[in-house]
Amino acid sequence: MSETRFLTESELPYCKGCGHLLVAQNTERALQKLRLDPLDVVLVTDIGCHGIIDKSFRTHTIHGLHGRAVALGAGVSAGMNDPARKVVVFIGDGGATIGMQHLIGAAHLGFNLTVVLHNNMLYGMTGGQPSEFTPQGFRTPTLPAGAARAGYDICELMAAAGASYVSRVIGVGDYSDTLAKAFRSKGFSLVEVMEICPSYGVKSNPGMKLARVVEEAGLAVKVFTCRGDKSYKTPASNDPQSLLGPALAVEAGHAHRLDKPIGIMLSGSAGEGIQSAAEMFAKAAISAGLHATKKGSYPVTVGVGFSASEIIVSPETILYTGSATPDVLIITSADGLGYARAAAGRMKGGLLMIDQSLDLPETGAEVVRLPFRERAGGRNSALHSMFQLVERTGIFPLEALKGVFLADRMSGKIDIATLLPQ
Amino acid sequence: MSFLDGSRLITEACVQAGADVFIGYPITPANLLYLYAGSRYPTMLAAPDEITTLQWMSGFAAAGRLPVTATSFPGYSLMAESVNMAFMMELPMVIILVQRLGPATGTATCGAQGDLSVIQGTLSGGFTLPTLCISSVQDCWDLSAEAVRAAVRLRSPVVLLTSKEMAMTVLSFDTSQLGEIRPPDRPCYSGEGPYHPYRAAEDLVPPFLPVNQNRFQVRLTASTHDTRGILQNTTEEALDNTRRLQAKLHKNLDSYTLYELDEEEGAEVLLISYDVTAQAAREAARSLRAKGRKISLLVPKTLLPVPPIYLDIAARHPRVVIAEENISGQLRTLLFGAAGRKGLSGVNGLGRMISPGEIVEQAVRGE
Repeated sequence: MSETRFLTESELPYCKGCGHLLVAQNTERALQKLRLDPLDVVLVTDIGCHGIIDKSFRTHTIHGLHGRAVALGAGVSAGMNDPARKVVVFIGDGGATIGMQHLIGAAHLGFNLTVVLHNNMLYGMTGGQPSEFTPQGFRTPTLPAGAARAGYDICELMAAAGASYVSRVIGVGDYSDTLAKAFRSKGFSLVEVMEICPSYGVKSNPGMKLARVVEEAGLAVKVFTCRGDKSYKTPASNDPQSLLGPALAVEAGHAHRLDKPIGIMLSGSAGEGIQSAAEMFAKAAISAGLHATKKGSYPVTVGVGFSASEIIVSPETILYTGSATPDVLIITSADGLGYARAAAGRMKGGLLMIDQSLDLPETGAEVVRLPFRERAGGRNSALHSMFQLVERTGIFPLEALKGVFLADRMSGKIDIATLLPQ
Repeated sequence: MSFLDGSRLITEACVQAGADVFIGYPITPANLLYLYAGSRYPTMLAAPDEITTLQWMSGFAAAGRLPVTATSFPGYSLMAESVNMAFMMELPMVIILVQRLGPATGTATCGAQGDLSVIQGTLSGGFTLPTLCISSVQDCWDLSAEAVRAAVRLRSPVVLLTSKEMAMTVLSFDTSQLGEIRPPDRPCYSGEGPYHPYRAAEDLVPPFLPVNQNRFQVRLTASTHDTRGILQNTTEEALDNTRRLQAKLHKNLDSYTLYELDEEEGAEVLLISYDVTAQAAREAARSLRAKGRKISLLVPKTLLPVPPIYLDIAARHPRVVIAEENISGQLRTLLFGAAGRKGLSGVNGLGRMISPGEIVEQAVRGE
């Protein structure tokens, strides 16, 4: 019975003596050993001389960007999520240099694919520049003095990153058994095929033999790891629930006394419940038949410094959600004062409610000093201030805010009596 | 009435429209989209960076899945080359770009509308990345579903543009008014072999076939290629295929042209705005009319390619005021070029929301 052909009949597109040709032929032999159908295989190729091989394969082929073939192959593998299908990634030492993180990441996560790294120790397509894989002393057309330091040992790196199977071979003769072992491995496998570029490597290093270069570079030709125990499974949620469930609904049950929109800024310290207090106020407003918007401002380090929230409540639908100058400003801490001082300065009317321990900022607003912190403690001062706001403005009944608070799990930890205005 | 943010609606709409995998790297102000993705998409993957994100998405798309990501400018700029790849390979996916203040890292927690020019220039060669822009809470629902549908229909990456204030502000919204979303049909190629991944039908969109099937060989490539997906230099067939990538967007433009037009007979001024500033423009129009002034309002939702009707609408008005939160007027330049037109002016802001009052002021200036 004739073997299944994975390569087309056309001539392979490589320079005389190039090891890439042998990689293609050995890959075909290895795939034949696995008795796969060509369309069980997806060949993902990178940029470089090796990458033009895709047209010669009868498999599915994907030809992507420089350095990204491993990430692309990982996506294909995870997208198919079918261990019966084989993803083979061809990449050169240039692509591996650019995409080292993709290699480490794919080995770490154990994506089901095999990387065949064509390491000819330089960039063959662009004129023979050195890569991070060029061995110490190895000369290239742009580096006639030879590389100053050793290149990566990708096999050691991949084994350390968690690959299932890693091997290095000298890219001459028949190494299809090694490739077949890699192809059979579950999870991430890599075979580094050592080559020498006939156009640039040979000419720049006359008389040098490939095996000797590899040996002098200290690159062991062996199997580095063969554990085959880690295989990626694409996560799948069988029954994800709608994000628009009933928990989002705010029941109407109260009346309001607002005839135009008002903007409220609550400014205090991170960790003192500013955002949740503002959210409760907004929900209470909605339960009173008002429209509401709420947005937060805080430093990128969310756990320290100020935390501020801007709320708009309106009897009409709110389109524009900005408010450069609030109608009501509530400041519960020194951090909050630092952030809101400018807003207070812009106020030419309205109401400023500020903790009595704080200095007064310049403002044109009516000022009310209240013992937010003394009464409720720092952690609950913001929530207390919302009750004070409702009490003083009468926008909607206090019962609306009480209702939202009591329905929140926070009510199990805080005695509402400590929050209510005296 | 519900109390929710736009990211929640966007996520739910994408999934209901058929998106089945979210891949992302967290970035402010797109974090809520990442957060919700974990509990809503059938599959959610945390990628180690934005280049990997787009590569994984492309792999999933090649396998017949429908991926979505969400990012902001710093992440989007890393994705750019891979977006070119996905466009060239004709892989459907949605990239949600949540704008924040730049340049560079800028201010992560400050909204902006600074990335329209970036999107316009993403693809080398003057090719266009289809882009829809959310301009209201309702749009978070409607446009998200449309972005997924357009990605499938066009076999292309589609950008869904929004910004911090749209994605993160929590607000009251009546979800009972949301329309039903149905996932699009995703027919696979069912003809005779061999399958040519880039041989298009009359609509210039090639029938899709994933790589995880054994009927026909599939070849995908980011390099200039013929209809078989085989790398070519600059043969006429290959260049025809490359030209088709742009032609298919225009050929099917009517199917994803979305805009809101509130035109008043006899209005001298046309307000144009998009994204969050459209809300201020709507309020400005309402305010102007309350004062007895005639005004027209256009909210373009399909930003790229530019539907020609926008220019027809503008031509009916002696004055055009375009409001957008960037320094140079990116939509203004997109619509009217560097030369502009008579009666054209802009309201621009940086690091702050543009208020309805500013738009009103510009609209009445020169009356």
